[in-house]
Amino acid sequence: MNTRVATLSPDSATPQGWLEGFSCVFRRDLRIALRRRTDSLAAVVFFVMVVSLFPLGVGPEPGLLRTMAPGVVWVAALLACTLPLARLFADDLQDGTLEQLLLSSHPLPMLVLGKIAAHWCGSVLLLVLVSPLLALQFDLSASATGVLLLTLLIGSPVLSLVGAIGAALTLGLRGGGVLMSLLTLPLVIPVLIFGAGAVEAHNAGLGVGGHFSLLGALLLLSLFAAPLVTSAALRISME
Amino acid sequence: MNAALALRQVACVRGGRSLFSGLNLQLAGGQLLRVAGANGAGKTSLLRLMCGLLSPTEGEVLWRGQPLAAQREQWGRDLVYLGHAAALKDDLSPLDNLLTACLLGGQPAHRAGALQALADAGLRGFERVPARRLSQGQRRRCGLARLVLARSSPLWVLDEPFNALDATATAWLEGLIRAQLLRGGSVVLTSHQGVALDDTPHQVLSL
Repeated sequence: MNTRVATLSPDSATPQGWLEGFSCVFRRDLRIALRRRTDSLAAVVFFVMVVSLFPLGVGPEPGLLRTMAPGVVWVAALLACTLPLARLFADDLQDGTLEQLLLSSHPLPMLVLGKIAAHWCGSVLLLVLVSPLLALQFDLSASATGVLLLTLLIGSPVLSLVGAIGAALTLGLRGGGVLMSLLTLPLVIPVLIFGAGAVEAHNAGLGVGGHFSLLGALLLLSLFAAPLVTSAALRISME
Repeated sequence: MNAALALRQVACVRGGRSLFSGLNLQLAGGQLLRVAGANGAGKTSLLRLMCGLLSPTEGEVLWRGQPLAAQREQWGRDLVYLGHAAALKDDLSPLDNLLTACLLGGQPAHRAGALQALADAGLRGFERVPARRLSQGQRRRCGLARLVLARSSPLWVLDEPFNALDATATAWLEGLIRAQLLRGGSVVLTSHQGVALDDTPHQVLSL
């Protein structure tokens, strides 16, 4: 009987089987995110607030604002991204679905990647798309805004991926949110440097190819390593 | 389905306290194992250990003669574990919850099959309401509905499955477990009170 079942169900060792687990978790989490819009909107509102505070606090000097803009937007995005990440696995832990993920017949790293992807689409993507509007407050030129948007599109998934490792490591701890930020923020400093650096280089009339290559490399590296590390961390946290 | 779960000299230490040690156990196909014990005796820890969620402090857990970590994906298909919590997403309907759980467990289910399973579980009319509106017993039933679709999984590990169930649901669950044992599958469950399944081939483990 068992052999018959094994041939009927898709083999998890094939790429198709891998994708099935990924898409199952991705669709589930995205649907939950859409039903709980307040959670994702909170991060976006936080991002808009923090960025808007700077022109008010520093004063309306276009030159100063233009120099500050990339750094301010990037730091605010960094903080706004790590804010909702603390809950990435906490809800699943509470309702018992995390145990089911660990016992799934699909490879855990693919399921974790599905969760991260859903989180990124559900709450981070909106934040990235809002950033050109905020760039207006800083009097950034249209082309510089375009570069900023691109750096955020490539860089923000790295924040989610690396943040997931921190979320998994601090799962179930008291005050895990703060600890998670302390663990994650130092790791994403390179993303901040190259992300903000690309816009500054563009403003200075230099090429931005190098910055984008490095951001892309960071994305590929974290795309490969973060799900594996997160899976291992989850198994340890669940013991 | 010649299920064979084996525990060899298993010891478990949680929070500096030794729950059990030197535990040997063999569970063949068609057998029921009831784990009994007082609160805090380590019933749930033993179940989590059997599933591979917890690694034993000493000894090993074998499934068909192989350690669990060496066959995670096959193990995921062979095992159905229902823990303390019903593993439901509050924002999704029982139908979506059930379909997702089956897909993740490697027992792909069709919509029609899932709807029938929910109807069997006594949730007709509740298939599409968010799970947060269900009562405690209904949540339990929704989690257990997965067992209807998990006929091909040779091992069921159920943590306090009779909790919060009324008489009808208890009889339904007993029927499911009997059918699983007759198919040659194995069932491990914890229960405070003796269950009406004691006429089936079974072992009782008192912690």
